[in-house]
Amino acid sequence: MKNKQLELMVGMFVILGFAALAYLAIQVSGLSGSSSKDVYQIQARFDDIGGLTERAKVSIAGVTVGEVDSIVLDKELYMALVTFNIYADVENIPTDSSFAILTNGLLGEKYVGVSIGAEEEYLTQGGEIYDTQSALVLENLISQFLFESTQGD
Amino acid sequence: MKSIQSAGLTAINSIAAFGRAGLFLIHVMLHKPKSFSGAMNLLIKQIYSVGVLSLVIIVVSGLFIGMVLGLQGYTILAKFGSEQAVGQLLALTLLRELGPVVTALLFAGRACSALTAEIGLMKATEQLSSLEMMGVDPYRRIIAPRFIAGLICLPILCVIFSAVGVLGGEFVAVSWLQIHGGSFWSLMQQSVYFSTDVVNGIIKAFCFAIATTWIAVFQGYECEPTSEGIGKATTRTVVLGSLSILALDFILTAAMIGDF
Repeated sequence: MKNKQLELMVGMFVILGFAALAYLAIQVSGLSGSSSKDVYQIQARFDDIGGLTERAKVSIAGVTVGEVDSIVLDKELYMALVTFNIYADVENIPTDSSFAILTNGLLGEKYVGVSIGAEEEYLTQGGEIYDTQSALVLENLISQFLFESTQGD
Repeated sequence: MKSIQSAGLTAINSIAAFGRAGLFLIHVMLHKPKSFSGAMNLLIKQIYSVGVLSLVIIVVSGLFIGMVLGLQGYTILAKFGSEQAVGQLLALTLLRELGPVVTALLFAGRACSALTAEIGLMKATEQLSSLEMMGVDPYRRIIAPRFIAGLICLPILCVIFSAVGVLGGEFVAVSWLQIHGGSFWSLMQQSVYFSTDVVNGIIKAFCFAIATTWIAVFQGYECEPTSEGIGKATTRTVVLGSLSILALDFILTAAMIGDF
């Protein structure tokens, strides 16, 4: 009898552990079947990526449609070559769309915003975006501002 | 001359202790149980005393640590007007660092010290040698179930600690300090990745479990068979266990962050 009780307690302990793991997976990390979505990859070159990191979000109209897969330096052009994973169900991004590195709020993280173009051809696996806007670097902005204000004198 | 000699002696002794501990671990791992159900019985008893009985201290401290994190995070983040980020702060600190480390420290104090004292007393009262006389292998009968129970229990306790901590923090931040619940959870879910944050926390807990329970059973097995010796061995278990947890945590964190 005592042994049964012991086994029951241990069983409950293990179940509690799995329940906690499920809680962490679903509620805390927001894990769902969609995390391993089918994706297709596209590339873009930026003059300056600022603080963009891997796994940063790509969004159209504020809705997440993909994420940054990798960032490497293009040694020939001295530009940042960014590869994006775009969810396969968003297959209608025009080829002349513009990718801009934006900041979420004043101090928030960097993400990539997509402005939709007018072309009727859509991006596919391995496609490349040519219209890119670099991250806004605060120092450049300030120096530009100072330069302009001294010119005015 | 004397001091150099004593330094050499200390070095030789500690290297020998490492060697004995390594052989001891191999012995424990290589002894296969005779019958599966008998081994399971022993294991379940140990999981009960090591894991289930540690549950209360883990849940209570997880709750309070989560609540304190929520309160502290709120007061600091409110200065920058981004108090919604409390959820993110709470989940990442708990999952990556506090969950595994605090659980392992509490485990070393609560369960591992008891393991050392128990095995040490068995040795002092010559139960271990009488087991051997009866043809029962003490490694298989006494040490292995305790060691494996520690390996199983610490990751489970760590997961429970993190989950309870998040609940406690949510209670303070959302129910008490009136942060918007939706942004609390969505910011948390955006920044926490299951495959890195949650799984890395469990891997950490498992590594700490190996270190602390290994130290605990080894110190118990090696202790001087006197009441003073048992006391010293128990102290050593807690001190060495805690230090090895903190040192391992640094190494594991460095390895997991990577990219250097």
